Amino acid sequence: MTETTLTHTGQLDRPKGWRGITADWSSDQRAFKNVSWGKAMMWIFLLSDTFIFGCFLLSYMTARMSTRVPWPNPSEVFALRIGGSEIPLILIAIMTFVLISSSGTMAMAVNFGYRRDRRKTAILMLLTAALGATFVGMQAFEWTKLITEGVRPWGNPWGAAQFGSCFFMITGFHGTHVTIGVIFLIIVARKVWRGDFDIGRPGFFTSRRGRYENVEIMGLYWHFVDLVWVFIFAFFYLW
Amino acid sequence: MAEATANGLGQHALHATHAEQAAATAVAHAEVHQEHPIKLYLVVWAWLFILSTCSYLVDYFGIHGYLRWSLILIFMMLKAGLIVAVFMHMAWERLAMMYAIILPPILVLVFVTMMVFEADYTLLTRIAFFGPGP
Repeated sequence: MTETTLTHTGQLDRPKGWRGITADWSSDQRAFKNVSWGKAMMWIFLLSDTFIFGCFLLSYMTARMSTRVPWPNPSEVFALRIGGSEIPLILIAIMTFVLISSSGTMAMAVNFGYRRDRRKTAILMLLTAALGATFVGMQAFEWTKLITEGVRPWGNPWGAAQFGSCFFMITGFHGTHVTIGVIFLIIVARKVWRGDFDIGRPGFFTSRRGRYENVEIMGLYWHFVDLVWVFIFAFFYLW
Repeated sequence: MAEATANGLGQHALHATHAEQAAATAVAHAEVHQEHPIKLYLVVWAWLFILSTCSYLVDYFGIHGYLRWSLILIFMMLKAGLIVAVFMHMAWERLAMMYAIILPPILVLVFVTMMVFEADYTLLTRIAFFGPGP
């Protein structure tokens, strides 16, 4: 309260000119009362990412609705031959379970982080990263399979030409997100393992002291990647 | 103190002090207690598995038409809701935060409606010029 100096006329003694603009815009109005800046910024980043994926899915919808040529049946395109019989969409189903499992381990890592259990947090985060890497590996397998079958961004053997471009764009962008997530999971897990958040060791880039909340912020990103997959699974693979 | 500068009046400033203190305790409270029993996460995890299996079975049994689409959408929304509410801890955030994050994506539905009209128009034009498909 000491900084709030009211003059006797009842007018606020605020800086003028450019300093005033800076001071007014940075005046400590805080919209998200109990959310730290790190978490709020991650949420806002995720919101903007939602719009990016929203636009991809929207353009896919527009392409699929406006083509005269029938859309390839994803159920058949993504089927795998296991034990002599075609099982529809089985690879995608397994990928979904792998990603959901990684979300589960991440949620538990956040929990153990707040309990200051360094070992369990780091192990669960590395497990999450391993599941994420498995997901990317399966996606690479899926891409290879489709490319050898002749799917290209400009055409495919089964129907509407837009299928390839939508597929590569949407799953490619999602796979990139997973890959970045795996890299950051490993970085944060290393910090947890070393005890950076216990001794308040400055980060290498921002030189700010980390807290166990960083694990939760990392978790937000990872759950978002899972969330996007829920929508891709529903709209691209099942529709 | 932020509220005090904004109001610029003594008695309001007094009011704001209490609000600020309440907010400060809320900060400490929230940052310590974003902690829930492990069982909750395991239950949600199990539900996500069940819902994913259900949506896979929709395809496996080859359900078609409106039943397929509505089932897919229901399972999708339930999964997304569970992830955002429990795994991302949105259920325990303040309402201001929830609205700031959840409301904007819902407005994308306006864009969807626009593009549905646009796509229909494109399809009609294509049929008119190139004939009704190969």
